Amino acid sequence: MQRTTLNYLAGYKVLAVCALLCVLPGLVAAADLQVPATVQAGQGFSISAEGSGQATFYLIGPDHVVKRTVNLGGDLQVQSSDVHAAGRYQIILCGSPCTSTSFEVKAAQPAHLSFFLHPSRVPVSTHDSIDATAFVFDQYFNLDLAAAAVDFRVTPASGAGFSRQVPARHGVSTIRMDSTQHEGPVHVTAALGKVEEARVVQQVAAEACGLRMKAFPGANNTIIVETDPVRDCSGNALPDGTVVSFTQVDKAGKSTVDTPIKKGIARAQLSVRGSAQITVACGVVLGNELALSGRL
Amino acid sequence: MKMKWGLAIFIAIATVLLVAVAWVQSGGVKQHAMFSATTPEQAVQSLMSQIQSRNYQAAFASLDRSSDNDLASFTREMAGSDSSLRTLSPLHADNDQAVVRLRMTWSSALGSLDDVRDVHVRRDGSVWRVVWPKLALPNEPPQVVSVNYLRWEVIGRNASQNWGAQDVDSPKVRITSMNAISRPGRVVIVGEVENEDTVPAYLNVNATLLKADGSPIEEEGSFDLISHVLLPKQVSPYRIDFPGVRMDAVKSVRMDARALLVPASADPVIAVSDQTVSKDALARSVLQGKLVNESGRPVSIAQVLAAYYDNSGKVIWVSDGYVDQALMPQVPVPFAVDIPDDIATRLNNYRVIVNHYSQQSSN
Repeated sequence: MQRTTLNYLAGYKVLAVCALLCVLPGLVAAADLQVPATVQAGQGFSISAEGSGQATFYLIGPDHVVKRTVNLGGDLQVQSSDVHAAGRYQIILCGSPCTSTSFEVKAAQPAHLSFFLHPSRVPVSTHDSIDATAFVFDQYFNLDLAAAAVDFRVTPASGAGFSRQVPARHGVSTIRMDSTQHEGPVHVTAALGKVEEARVVQQVAAEACGLRMKAFPGANNTIIVETDPVRDCSGNALPDGTVVSFTQVDKAGKSTVDTPIKKGIARAQLSVRGSAQITVACGVVLGNELALSGRL
Repeated sequence: MKMKWGLAIFIAIATVLLVAVAWVQSGGVKQHAMFSATTPEQAVQSLMSQIQSRNYQAAFASLDRSSDNDLASFTREMAGSDSSLRTLSPLHADNDQAVVRLRMTWSSALGSLDDVRDVHVRRDGSVWRVVWPKLALPNEPPQVVSVNYLRWEVIGRNASQNWGAQDVDSPKVRITSMNAISRPGRVVIVGEVENEDTVPAYLNVNATLLKADGSPIEEEGSFDLISHVLLPKQVSPYRIDFPGVRMDAVKSVRMDARALLVPASADPVIAVSDQTVSKDALARSVLQGKLVNESGRPVSIAQVLAAYYDNSGKVIWVSDGYVDQALMPQVPVPFAVDIPDDIATRLNNYRVIVNHYSQQSSN
């Protein structure tokens, strides 16, 4: 047997096979080859070839071509390794005359899930913000076009989890979900039979809400301004490293300090010369304003 | 006998000539001019030429005794230290009118830096000498400053993993404002961009000017007129210049903010204090103030970025300036950035942020 993948076929061989495919429908007699209408990927089968003597057997599939010399009058075996790829196959048997037939190879049982969970970080309480998409493949990585139902299991860090079955359309199963109110990792698992793929989306605090600061005296004519724990509207603490801007306006001009939150609180030291107004902001969110009249 | 006298005279003349050549070569002429400056202009010019040739010792020797300065402080002020921009710069100087006004232009790797200052020149007998007061830099006592700010590291997806393997997304950034304005000989796009995410972002903002038929006129990036590394919820102004483009040729602008997830540090924190808009010695509008490095690590190069707003809160201009001194911990360093006169008249508010580069780490 001579098995040749397309990668190794010389260009003229491909052209010859194509020419053969074009010419054959006009040449071949009624189909003498009996093949199953559909075959599962990776399952070998046999076909009966009537007649006597030798003939050349061609199997032309989506990703490779097989050519071998066979003896007519018995069963011709198609190896399982020859039908790994799903798609349309053509068998051509050239003795005298040539005959041909075609059959469909469909994906085998689901064996792999390619699971995309997007985004990897999402603010809490956001509508339709999490997109989970699963692609169903068999063991040969053929997209399984059968209407299988993928089970999406969602387990947040706190609160009750839930599960939703979504039938795959053309091998793709997808759902959109809202993020929950609480920050933390959310484990999402796509399952189909015994096949499972798990991903994690990190729910993070949304914009600051009710940003408030207070001031108290520091050393050497300075004041310390410090926020209350910075939280979003659902009560989640904004992560450390988030920048909070303090702005002081006094007779010497304007002073600003962009300082990151540490342990949930942002803090800065400002010099005080007479009366001053101090404001605080986090991103585009403004907080309260303090008016100092020279001393605290 | 006659020949002996001739030889002696020849040797004496040759010795005098050689001594004179050596004196000239060692800067004797300049030094003489410096120590015998008969006008204030000569005194300042001589001083500047010594500084330009990095002969700080001779320059210091020519200063007036009332300067109350010392060689180390003078050299530090002129030559720079801690990898600041001035460390990298040769000096070019010329004197201004009345001799007391001095405009120095420092060439640096980041472009020219202007320094305008008034120097006092004092007559010392028949000689003019420059008074160069000691730069009053607060000196922090030796101490240990604990630094415990956050740092973010990134572990990306392994390239060998299958299709569909999870990766971390790029940071989400948003252009919060954009304003296209016409300036002499160019179109300028100014605005602000915010890192809305909870991780640091390395950011580039590009703009494409489009004609009425939708075809592009030109595409440009913000280059250094933006804070490229934005921490979570940090807002940066940006400015994109399109030299040689006229506003009436532009129908619309396509904006593109691209963010990458990068390792970054929340340190250092740089406070910007005493910001005021005023006029400098050359009667130009400037925004000036002081930078205070609140961290424990020196910041070698600092860049001030300022956004200016009109009455409606719209960004009308963005300007920048590099500070030629390193920012030592807790030591205030003055800065000033130019404001175009027409912008200064419409100015209602402003906001300053600071880009920084430290020799130990670029983050």
